[in-house]
Amino acid sequence: MSDRAKNFATVGKSLRKVDGFALVTGKPEFVADLQLPDTLHVKILGSPYAHARITSIDVTAAEAIPGVACVLTHLNTPSTRHTTAGQGYPEPSPYDSRMFEDKVRFVGDRVAAVAADSEAIAEAALKAIRVQYEELPAVLSMDEARREGAPVIHDESDSPGIYDAARNIVADVDIDVGDVKQGFTESDEIVEFTCETQYAQHTPIETHVVLSYLDSAHRLVLRTSTQVPFHVRRIVAQTLGIPMQQIRVIKPRIGGGFGTKQEVLLEDVAGWVSLQTGRPALLTLTRKEEFEASRTRHPMRVRVKLGAKRDGRLHAIEMEATSNTGAYGSHGLTVLANTGSKTLPLYNKAPNAHFYGQAVYTNLPVGGAYRGYGATQGYFPLETAMDEMAVRLGMDPIELRRINHIQLGETSPIFEKLGEGREGVSQTVKSCELPRCIDIGAERIGWTKKRGKRLKVGSWVHGVGMSIMMQGSGIPEIDMAAATLKMNEDGSFNLLMGATDLGTGSDTILAQIAAEVLGVSLTKMLVTSSDTDLTPFDVGAYASSTTYVSGMAVQRAAEQVRDQIFGVAAPMLGASANDLTLRDDAVFAASGESVSLARVCQRAMYETDQFQIGATASCVPHESPAPFLANFAEVAVNTETGKVRVVHYVAAVDCGVAINPHMAEGQMEGAIVNGIGYALTEEMILSSKGRVRNPSLFDYKILGMLDVPPMDIILVESYEPTGPMGAKSVGEIGINGPIPTIANAIYDAVGVRLTQTPFTPERVLEAIKEAAK
Amino acid sequence: MTITLTINGRERKFEVDPGEKLLEVLRREGYMSVKKGCGTGDCGACAILLNGRSVNSCLMFAAKADGGEILTVEGLATGEILHPVQTAFLAEGAVQCGYCTPGMVMSTVDLLTRNPDPTEREIREALSGNLCRCTGYVKQIRAVQRAAELMKDGEPRV
Ligand code: FES
Ligand code: FES
Repeated sequence: MSDRAKNFATVGKSLRKVDGFALVTGKPEFVADLQLPDTLHVKILGSPYAHARITSIDVTAAEAIPGVACVLTHLNTPSTRHTTAGQGYPEPSPYDSRMFEDKVRFVGDRVAAVAADSEAIAEAALKAIRVQYEELPAVLSMDEARREGAPVIHDESDSPGIYDAARNIVADVDIDVGDVKQGFTESDEIVEFTCETQYAQHTPIETHVVLSYLDSAHRLVLRTSTQVPFHVRRIVAQTLGIPMQQIRVIKPRIGGGFGTKQEVLLEDVAGWVSLQTGRPALLTLTRKEEFEASRTRHPMRVRVKLGAKRDGRLHAIEMEATSNTGAYGSHGLTVLANTGSKTLPLYNKAPNAHFYGQAVYTNLPVGGAYRGYGATQGYFPLETAMDEMAVRLGMDPIELRRINHIQLGETSPIFEKLGEGREGVSQTVKSCELPRCIDIGAERIGWTKKRGKRLKVGSWVHGVGMSIMMQGSGIPEIDMAAATLKMNEDGSFNLLMGATDLGTGSDTILAQIAAEVLGVSLTKMLVTSSDTDLTPFDVGAYASSTTYVSGMAVQRAAEQVRDQIFGVAAPMLGASANDLTLRDDAVFAASGESVSLARVCQRAMYETDQFQIGATASCVPHESPAPFLANFAEVAVNTETGKVRVVHYVAAVDCGVAINPHMAEGQMEGAIVNGIGYALTEEMILSSKGRVRNPSLFDYKILGMLDVPPMDIILVESYEPTGPMGAKSVGEIGINGPIPTIANAIYDAVGVRLTQTPFTPERVLEAIKEAAK
Repeated sequence: MTITLTINGRERKFEVDPGEKLLEVLRREGYMSVKKGCGTGDCGACAILLNGRSVNSCLMFAAKADGGEILTVEGLATGEILHPVQTAFLAEGAVQCGYCTPGMVMSTVDLLTRNPDPTEREIREALSGNLCRCTGYVKQIRAVQRAAELMKDGEPRV
């Protein structure tokens, strides 16, 4: 533990979640758990075609069914263009979506919606809608998208923000450091890899769901499962064309998000139903609909070329990415940019670097934000190429990383050149324990004992691999979070935050930060999070922002409240405010004399110079300090069947001070297991017509308890001087590790390089056979 | 048709459609801890105890449960006093979003009732039908082990 973290009373402790009691006792805390009388059930009709124009749509039979309240189509709903990406305003995603449109662009795209007294009636009504389609030629792969004469997916004239609509190009990024061509000429060794990643989904166990209703003032209330309540309010107002003040968004407990709920997907439809009918409306995606029509990780093809000097120093890095954003450009530009901006700074010593890429439209499922956000796709080829470079140079892969990775006090030109779809912000690294992460991880996996040994057990061959990585903590100069803290006369505090706990435990760790500043126990913090009427603004839970950005807002609010408390307590203790300290629910003077917080607040509320002790503070981060991670895996590869088994996974991570170690570990454990699934089993399989062929949790295989290998998560503490209590964020980084780490371990075991995820038995076996030729 | 269920110790009668699933009936009647994650028997979010055994309520027709005894997570704690399985899940940090938690807890109660001292392998097998996307299962496995210890130490059993 860092020295500065040693003296914390509340921070650094694995305290129980503030919402834990409600969750383990099954209290009705989630969106669909609130039952309102007279609620309408909303169902959506999805397109059967990947690309088609709707030539006519007849809803008379559907409307005539008893119990149907309304049927929505492009003919009777607002047509404002917007993006469904819940990003800061102005969003860097194109405004290429409408609530409903006379054109459909992927199988499952919205055609119409029905609201009825029951789900069964709504489903019957969907079947009664008569739609005539004119099927259009479809773009069903990344390669077809940019081909001369390819069908134009967004041929409408009113969608701003598309880079080159006529060529199906959503976004284009191109940045240079030094002269990469020259750099390769000057290099002694060159390695090049192209890796492809698959369509994959977040699969939170709670699917997307929203309940809308009108309150007593006839305002629209959206109780919704979202990571971005404030962006929901703004984008729904824009989409429906109603004043923002008419909307209140409430985020209750959320059943997981992982990025898919950084999307304003259903709120417009449910909200419009309530506005039209005056009745509550519940819209829940079935698991099948979630697979077909929500969001995915952008599949990518990423090529990495590395040039190094004979001694191992990287001299040139080139990364070229092509991203498939599907039918709509949600997060298209920013995920693409992140593929470079979150990976290339890791190897900051290369004087020459080039990142370029394009995101293209296809008539396939839509990409979106997904934990890792492009970095996952970028680290696969980068860390594979590093592994190969080590082999070529005859170096230990660990050594090669050691001499090339970014260090404390250093910077990278990439920070400034490439940011959130635009220029970034320059920064130097102020905390970095990556060298220790590597040491600890190598020791724990048994690196020197196992590397290159190819231990055979029957037809299983063992190997070990490693990779390193960094991510960020929020989006500098763009994100903004605020928190309000007010004191009650029993010495408790209301902590009101826009920060969005989607199961991550942020309510708890943010309350721990406030409790630490104020010298009280966690039980004195009464947390209210994410209600646009009650809590101050926060961009929401994405980009690993919550601990670092929202945490700093909370810390500042708490510090202001502390100063107000000192102001009131000073005359009570006959001391100067500067000499006071807070601990154990009381204010202490240097003399040792104390007064309880309850007494202080009573005086402020009822006795002298009365006022409400309380403050609101904000944070706009000026940098995005990176958490660092060293991954190690031991795998066993069955040379007969091609099956890959992860035998042991070790992740040593530097996330600054862990505010709540259990929860920081939990973020890592969940992300890594998700990443292992992404590496080995998870894949959305698409038919030749663009339909998802495995839209169920039976056919789309996420890992269960039997599939999870023994894991060691080691928190290697540093102290981030710009972070709240020394903390950095840790929500995303873990998911980037498994793919390259497992790929490198497979290479160590059987000498083949896998370049396409997931590493299914068929692919592995094929690669082994290919290599034997 | 009318069915009779004893839910969390209380006998109740319900009107149900023959095609209605137990999950839908339980949620309609206010047992909101019973979650739907798939509706196809693949995730375990809807797991409850029927006559002491864990079942996925999304697959079962309500009519088939007629006359049965049902325990949901709402019926597990006694006021503020948590069941040891609930305590263990909280103490080990095994709850993130909590959406899988009711099903996970009920399947754990079932396991520990049948097998008070399970090996790690037995835990993994017993809970393999309960999917969790948040935790990576590490802390959940530890929570089950801790719950087994708490229950051995004489904490109240169901
Ligand atoms: S909802 Fe019953 S198993 Fe998923
Ligand atoms: S805690 Fe979120 S699904 Fe298990």
